[in-house]
Amino acid sequence: MPKIVAVTGNEAVAEALRQVNPDVCAAYPITPQTDIMQRFSSFAANGKVKTEMILVESEHSAMSACVGASAAGGRVITATSSQGLALMWEILWIASGDRLPIVMPLVNRALSAPINIHGDHSDGMGARDCGWIQLWSENAQEAYDNTIQAFRIAEHLDIRLPAMVCMDGFIISHSITRMEYLEDEKVKSFVGEFKTLNPLLDIEKPVSYGPLILTDYYMEYRKAHEHVMSKVPGVVKQVADEFEKMTGRKYGLFETYRLDDAEVGIVVLNSAAGTTKDVIDEYRAKGIKAGLLKPRLFRPFPYAEVGDALKHLKAVCVLDRADAFGGSFGPLFMDIASSLYIQDKKPLMFNRIYGLGGRDYMPDQAEHVLNELVETAKTGKVQSVKEYIGVRE
Amino acid sequence: MKQKGWKELTPGAVVTEPGSSKQFKTGSWRAFKPRWIEENCIHCLFCWVYCPDMAITVKDGKRGEFNFDYCKGCGICALECPGKKGNKAIVMEEEGN
Ligand code: SF4
Ligand code: SF4
Repeated sequence: MPKIVAVTGNEAVAEALRQVNPDVCAAYPITPQTDIMQRFSSFAANGKVKTEMILVESEHSAMSACVGASAAGGRVITATSSQGLALMWEILWIASGDRLPIVMPLVNRALSAPINIHGDHSDGMGARDCGWIQLWSENAQEAYDNTIQAFRIAEHLDIRLPAMVCMDGFIISHSITRMEYLEDEKVKSFVGEFKTLNPLLDIEKPVSYGPLILTDYYMEYRKAHEHVMSKVPGVVKQVADEFEKMTGRKYGLFETYRLDDAEVGIVVLNSAAGTTKDVIDEYRAKGIKAGLLKPRLFRPFPYAEVGDALKHLKAVCVLDRADAFGGSFGPLFMDIASSLYIQDKKPLMFNRIYGLGGRDYMPDQAEHVLNELVETAKTGKVQSVKEYIGVRE
Repeated sequence: MKQKGWKELTPGAVVTEPGSSKQFKTGSWRAFKPRWIEENCIHCLFCWVYCPDMAITVKDGKRGEFNFDYCKGCGICALECPGKKGNKAIVMEEEGN
């Protein structure tokens, strides 16, 4: 029987990592992720996992050690947040370019300066184009479930790419909610034995990682990377189907909420989706046909499927918990706009930036956006394409 | 050699053929060429140790000729060479002279 528990998001992710029992973990503490690795290193110290813990001097070194251990042939994890992810930047590209299936929980936090430790998506968005898979999670249950599934997706022999599992710092990582843990045995058999691919430690078959690839082949390797990314959604769905059979919990490339017959819709990532769904219920009760789309697989972004799910709406608001300075719009908005660009018929669209640096996203903000959506649908006019909401003038 | 298309590549650019660097002749990089002056050579084999491209051949424990297929002309051997009585046994000369 699955165990019902009351835990924080960090505790849930640490538990998933314990159940997977990876070979190597190289990590450096950073708020709000620290708690995951603190718990995980206790598991290692107390013999609950056989993982070799490598305590390094920075996140740059953490990711570098992960690259080495993964190339050597191990199942490898780390976790980070914010500036930690920024410091890994250079090595993130090595991990993906070398096609190493490292799994990394990313507890989303704002980037400095000004220094801020709270939930915000600037860190994950900054790493969206580095060739990693990104799964985003609304709550502790999703973060736990996505962590387990991430191993299967990343390690799939058709894929072999590193994967980040994102959840909101503090709002999810440090809040206690009720959720379900699977039995250890079930997790173990679901993720299965780690399969190596060209491991460095196979001395019978010597290999080299990281050769110099210049003008003659670099572009072919990039095309191959783009191609392997295109196979990820299929694997994500296949793994989700198996996961549903085991748990009854359904996952896809994204979640839709009351969207099919909706006239207006909100697109939002992670924890703010929960609040938004509540407000949508209130508006539905008032007879307003509102719905929601919450991306789960953010990289690679399932453009065609997302566009298909949104194209029937009259108006869409994309809520971004990060800005893309100088790019005009928030990062999620730009992807949703691209998804709809390829559709013949498309809704009116606007972008609202909310919740930066952990600023609370309250139901009145969702109401404000829904009112604006209803007005836009009625008048056929977008008042203003991009605005910050919940900010003092 | 026909170059491979993107579908034929090993994931992650991993090189699975051991010793394949032999196929890559770095000799064409050379702008300066080392010349061995045998009478100044004490056969200490410093040049053999320091050469990054294994371009110094050794026979029966004695220093042999350069392998110019791989010598890229970096000059490390000439720098490290102690020679005899202050006279270097390796000197670097401009290519094509
Ligand atoms: S010049 Fe450089 S590459 Fe050539 S033999 Fe000397 S050390 Fe080796
Ligand atoms: S380093 Fe100079 S002296 Fe020593 S073996 Fe080489 S050429 Fe001869």
